[in-house]
Amino acid sequence: MAEIPILRIGDCLLVSIQVDMHDRLALALQDDLTQRIVADRARGVMIDISALEIVDSFIGRMLNNIAAMSKVLDAVTVVVGMRPAVAITLVELGLGLTGVRTALNVDKGLALIRRIIDNPERDDADRER
Amino acid sequence: MQIESDDRMPLRTSDDVVRVRQAVRARAVASGFSLVDQTKIVTAASEIARNTVDYGGGGELRIEALRNGQRRGVRLTFSDSGPGIRDIDQAMRDGYTTGNGLGLGLSGAKRLCNEFDIKSTAGSGTTVTIARWT
Amino acid sequence: MSDRENIILRLIDRHSQRLLRDWLAYQQREAKYGGTQREAETAELARRFLDQLRASARIAQFEDVETIEWRPIRELLEDLSRDRAVQGFSPTETATFIFSLKEPLFALLREELRDDTERLVRETSTTSRLIDRLGLYTIECYARTREEVIRRQQQELLELSTPVVELWDGILALPLIGTLDSARTQIVMESLLQHIVNSGAEIAIIDITGVPTVDTLVAQHLIKTISAARLMGADCILSGIRPQIAQTIVHLGLELNVVSKATMADALALALRRSGKAITERKQPAAPGSS
Repeated sequence: MAEIPILRIGDCLLVSIQVDMHDRLALALQDDLTQRIVADRARGVMIDISALEIVDSFIGRMLNNIAAMSKVLDAVTVVVGMRPAVAITLVELGLGLTGVRTALNVDKGLALIRRIIDNPERDDADRER
Repeated sequence: MQIESDDRMPLRTSDDVVRVRQAVRARAVASGFSLVDQTKIVTAASEIARNTVDYGGGGELRIEALRNGQRRGVRLTFSDSGPGIRDIDQAMRDGYTTGNGLGLGLSGAKRLCNEFDIKSTAGSGTTVTIARWT
Repeated sequence: MSDRENIILRLIDRHSQRLLRDWLAYQQREAKYGGTQREAETAELARRFLDQLRASARIAQFEDVETIEWRPIRELLEDLSRDRAVQGFSPTETATFIFSLKEPLFALLREELRDDTERLVRETSTTSRLIDRLGLYTIECYARTREEVIRRQQQELLELSTPVVELWDGILALPLIGTLDSARTQIVMESLLQHIVNSGAEIAIIDITGVPTVDTLVAQHLIKTISAARLMGADCILSGIRPQIAQTIVHLGLELNVVSKATMADALALALRRSGKAITERKQPAAPGSS
């Protein structure tokens, strides 16, 4: 079975999902990522979904889980590059992805992770505003 | 209303769920759906196909292309001969799940379609029909 | 059977010149607007129609204009109704082309079957049914063309009515004007999200100064748009909420759960602050004429 590669950039892990995800692959990615966060002592996780043509509730759940697990391990997760059609469909589906931070692209995602790691207190205030 | 094409495909494994998405996408493109409409029906198909595989023990998908005057549509019928759903009202509620999803499968899929119908008999299977129009 | 049907064909064959002349005369009497060019066009069309009618009717059943043998006739009528619909003819004016063929044909039948009343009645009714079917088909085509025109215009109007403008580097504005329904919101939503992707803007101001009423449905549409933008990584600010709309929102118990500002200016100020920018006054006012 194909595996989704996890790249390391400084203290961040980068995953770019380029294939149509079937459910086992999603579960495997969830496992691999939690292992790597601990092994690499990563502070940030960025998941690039710009190639994904759909996100259904299963993949949504995987993204939520990764965000929640990395939070427990003191890392922040940012999902980047969601396509407009995918975002509209997710909203209609009723999937809010609460708990997942998002950014438009990889550049902005990295900047957001840096900002949150450097100012953990300000982050909460930011979200309230 | 005319039926322009009528295809069937098996639905047994989670790989079949991926194949269903691709087949539904191809059909929606051929029927002239906009990108958002394509994405909505493919996502709905993915939700229901997973239910058919996970809870229905596998089954079959029927893909029909419809035309009604200027409007074109895609109708999907998922059928299995699994244990059936005892309480459909409960299964349709947001957040209800017996498995490991978010409990948005059926209710979410319904919101993504123009037509939605579910028939289930305890012990003899479930049939879900959805349709979306341009 | 074949003999019965062929009588009309025979009449058309034998009297084609006269039939054409009478038919055109009828059409001209019915027509409100004339013009030699249109008369020539109609005459040409009528000639082609009669030729085709003879060819089709020779092999086909009179009763069923849906069959393949009638296709050339159907196509001819489709062209006719499309042309006339686009040119702004009324349905009556369009269908008169076909219906006005009845009288001249009946006249021919009356002469031919002067001595056989029973047969005259039968033939007249068959012919009438055929002409009716062709006439109804023409009206259907006409209606379809009009629907297409209306759909296209609606689409164009929707696209025109949702401009997304860049206010500043990284700040977009979507000034909404008019009533928001589902179809329009769909286009607004897609247009805004696509602009966000293209420009990489992280903040979008949705201004509803021009939206006359905000009810539960409109509020839901707005919330969906804002949620979708958030999923992509952009924040929205709602602005231009008039006092009575603020009251409605509270009375309806709607929770917008979004940053909102009274005016677009306030929203822009907030957007600039968030993106770490500021507008300050110059220390020395610029001299007039210099920039």
